[in-house]
Amino acid sequence: MEYHLNLPLKNEEVKKLKVGDIVYITGNLFTARDEAHYIMLESKNISFDPSQMGLYHCGPLMKKDKSKWKVVSAGPTTSSRMEIFEDKFIEKFKISLIIGKGGMGERTKKALQKYICVYTSYTGGAGALAAEKVEDVNGVYWLDELGMPEAVWIFKVKEFGPLVVAMDSHGNSIYDNITK
Amino acid sequence: MNFKDIEDGIVELIRKAETELPKDVIESLKKAYDAEEGVAKTQIDAILKNIDLAKKTKRPMCQDTGIQTFFVDVGIDFPHIKQLKQMIINAVKRATKEIPIRPNTVDPFKGKNHRDNTGENIPYVTWDFCSGSDVFITALPKGGGSENMSKLGMLKPGVGIEGVKDFIVEEMIKAAGNPCPPTVVGVGIGGGADLSLKLGKKSLLRPVGKRHKDKEIAKIEEELIKRINASGIGPMGLGGKTTVLDVHIEKAHRHPASLPVGIAVQCWADRRAHMTIHSDGSWEVR
Repeated sequence: MEYHLNLPLKNEEVKKLKVGDIVYITGNLFTARDEAHYIMLESKNISFDPSQMGLYHCGPLMKKDKSKWKVVSAGPTTSSRMEIFEDKFIEKFKISLIIGKGGMGERTKKALQKYICVYTSYTGGAGALAAEKVEDVNGVYWLDELGMPEAVWIFKVKEFGPLVVAMDSHGNSIYDNITK
Repeated sequence: MNFKDIEDGIVELIRKAETELPKDVIESLKKAYDAEEGVAKTQIDAILKNIDLAKKTKRPMCQDTGIQTFFVDVGIDFPHIKQLKQMIINAVKRATKEIPIRPNTVDPFKGKNHRDNTGENIPYVTWDFCSGSDVFITALPKGGGSENMSKLGMLKPGVGIEGVKDFIVEEMIKAAGNPCPPTVVGVGIGGGADLSLKLGKKSLLRPVGKRHKDKEIAKIEEELIKRINASGIGPMGLGGKTTVLDVHIEKAHRHPASLPVGIAVQCWADRRAHMTIHSDGSWEVR
């Protein structure tokens, strides 16, 4: 099935997504890699609302045009590095959609079921294509501390995809079927 | 002699590598597109569209613009050998802003990003000499996701070449979707620990589809391509027929007690570009 959905996803919307479905997403995404996961889990006050956005495993290439940040290239980064944080992260920030590549482990799989969240795969390396779908950059956090790739960037995206549902909220993983 | 002109050329070399894939890689991806169906086809489709868009808009095809890696063959009669290293460093700093490419050099102790793609021992340059007065540079920007799947096996010589083949296939199955398949796998066999990994990486300079000149090794390359693709890992690890575009092997003589196998993995963005610098400072990038 192919779906075109707006963020934040409602529980019913997450539940109907099954492994192998294709999704195009509209709304706000925030990028977070290893360092950003760590900082956000440690932080008491976060000045944006992650629960309203999709979590994008991405360390983008950005360019400042006059005073405005623009995306040059922004494909996904390897998700398995975030496995050590992700279950706590989904719980704390009420995440409904994750975008990454390469898949995640058992802890995340359980958290996707428990907190009703879905893990989708975007084509690794398709940075130019992804950048085309970003309409606006709505903020950046921890840029000085973490540098460009590790900072948290807020992207307003339109019809971002095709995303492949790789791990759904019912305990299924596309990667399990392949490695068996 | 205007060294700024040569620096301009090296910036162009980096731009070419980051924004345009070599024809051999694109051809191989097109063949994969024809062979695949379903989810796997959607992945190759996105890759091909992305390659097209990056070339048209002159922007890096992948946000991970890699660690700047160069293989340089210096003609022994080239008159400006002394300035070459600094020109490469300057060009990398300029390319970071002018293309732009992502600042990718982090101090391993302090965690600080150097913000210009240079730092200690980086850019990573491998120097070699050749006859004549020209300099030949190959740029091979190397992404982190695929580099993380590199492997070194210090195998027992008793396992023989069959053991070497099994090791390579098993490691690539373990890597699964992480190195952004379909990948190009470079394998160095023999030498020592460091040399096997170096040969693995150097083998990535060979165009996709080009077999080793030794027929026996060429046959092993073909066998490995078949075996890894039979795993069904497929594009991005989502399942499919194409897990590798190619496997390249290079060898060195080994110590009687050692059988080192170094695996260097390159993502589908098998970025390579070449430059020739002449003694009068003129240059071509291709």
